[in-house]
Amino acid sequence: MSAVAKVALVLVPTGMLGAGIQRAHVLRGIELGAHAIALDAGSTDSGPSYLARGVSKMNRESVKRDLEILMSAALTANIPLLVGTCGTCGTDAMVNWTRDIALEVASDLKVTPKIACLYSEQRASELVKRNRAGQVSPLPPLGAIDDAVLESCTHIVALMGPEPYVTALRSGAQIILGGRTTDTAVLAAMPLLMGADPAAAWHAAKVAECGGQCTVNPRQGGVLMRVDQQGFEIEPLDSDNRATPESVSAHMLYESSDPQRLTEPGGVLDVSNATYMQINERVTRVTGSVWEPMPYTMKLEGARAGYFQTIMIMGIEDPEVLANLDAFHDTLHRGLVKRIEATFDTTAVFFDVSLRFYGWNGTSGRPVPVGTAPPRDVGVMFVVTAPTQELANQMAKACNPHFFHMPLHLNKELPSYAFPFTPAEIPRGQVYEFLLNHVVHTRDGHELVRVDWFETAIPPESASHG
Amino acid sequence: MAKVADVCRHVRSKNAGPFWITVDFFFKSQELYAQYRDSAVLRPALFERLYGTNPQLVKRLPVDNLMTLKISYARPHPQGWMGERDMHGGQQYASLLDVELD
Repeated sequence: MSAVAKVALVLVPTGMLGAGIQRAHVLRGIELGAHAIALDAGSTDSGPSYLARGVSKMNRESVKRDLEILMSAALTANIPLLVGTCGTCGTDAMVNWTRDIALEVASDLKVTPKIACLYSEQRASELVKRNRAGQVSPLPPLGAIDDAVLESCTHIVALMGPEPYVTALRSGAQIILGGRTTDTAVLAAMPLLMGADPAAAWHAAKVAECGGQCTVNPRQGGVLMRVDQQGFEIEPLDSDNRATPESVSAHMLYESSDPQRLTEPGGVLDVSNATYMQINERVTRVTGSVWEPMPYTMKLEGARAGYFQTIMIMGIEDPEVLANLDAFHDTLHRGLVKRIEATFDTTAVFFDVSLRFYGWNGTSGRPVPVGTAPPRDVGVMFVVTAPTQELANQMAKACNPHFFHMPLHLNKELPSYAFPFTPAEIPRGQVYEFLLNHVVHTRDGHELVRVDWFETAIPPESASHG
Repeated sequence: MAKVADVCRHVRSKNAGPFWITVDFFFKSQELYAQYRDSAVLRPALFERLYGTNPQLVKRLPVDNLMTLKISYARPHPQGWMGERDMHGGQQYASLLDVELD
């Protein structure tokens, strides 16, 4: 790429591949001169189950539909398409899952684009080695990690920076499908390659990471970011939508624990002195952010599958119970725990019973303010957690008569609360856990990343860990 | 007696990664922001009492140009643990609305 920097235009169609992209918005961004389409396909927002299982939250059809719109637009305009964190969690298998969908789309469109796949899933054994060498550091609130925790993860991914994307672009990739990547890195790659100011590239990427979230109407399509040597501009793809200094700067607050300083692979973006200026009715310009280069680190994410749960649900409209919900909760909980202890060898087997009173304090689990009026109706969810699904089911069955028929006062006749299903016990499946909040220190952005290239319409065998 | 809901036009909470929840207090006016930004109530002890978080892991981050106070706190348990009730932490702000500020 030329050393003479020009303005880099990146089209960000949505915050999540598969969420639903409008072809007209994409074509509008291309008309405006986009040099690349870049977007993210992942998140940890929806919880640890996707990484623990290594599966996508988005269904295959939605991903294929969006990919068809993006690939056909990008290939027609002859600009690259970059996708970060394929398949929600960004494991190697999810990169290949997305690659296979892309190859299917390519075959439908009768094209053979040059596809680069970037893999960043990590072996626990490799990280154990690096941990022992002092190259893995914790981020609060977690502490130092021990080998057993690393080894218990079903999947560990390292969040890529922009470098592998930049290298793939330099090598002529038309489509880049990345494993776990920071949301920002995939959007910043093209501007960085084109020589834009790094602070502006990172800040623009942070603002545009959720597509239209930084506009006044987040549901109205994505955005175009224009990054130059001094700053960047955000323009919504929909001609009725606007990006204002408030909508753009407020996005820095969203889902980030520190809105002023953002740690990324290889540096920190500091936006505390950034200035936001409306340059026309729909476009906001930002200058004044600072990029502080730091020794290279990649954040790690790891998850595993743990215990199993079975749930039961009932409704209560009995006024006397509703007038004494806290006492009833405690009596019921005590009774259920006793019942399990009397039926199972609980000195050897872990279990946990939790009751959530929806309509009272089910959402927070905290005491309600003194004097709160009783509700007209509560929904009670029973959750038992145990080492196997079978044990959780058996414990729920043991609790069943107590749960649905526990009177408020023990000398009263047995009530029947309203249960909607039979059988009443619902096996819910496994509890998944995030285990890592650590960074690994690396030589550069490539060291822990593997690359593979695909051009044919027939997917070769998986090349991960190759 | 001003409550959080009286002085803020909007309060929201959201997960910030699997280990943190972040709360944004958008104040109604510059005057109210100036008056309550450094409130002795919106401090780590409140978050310890309400959410059981470690007060040393509560970060206060005023954003003056947005008249917004951001407070981020470590979840006492990671997102998705067996006792999870609010995966996104998106309803955690509700308990703050009635907190009295003076």
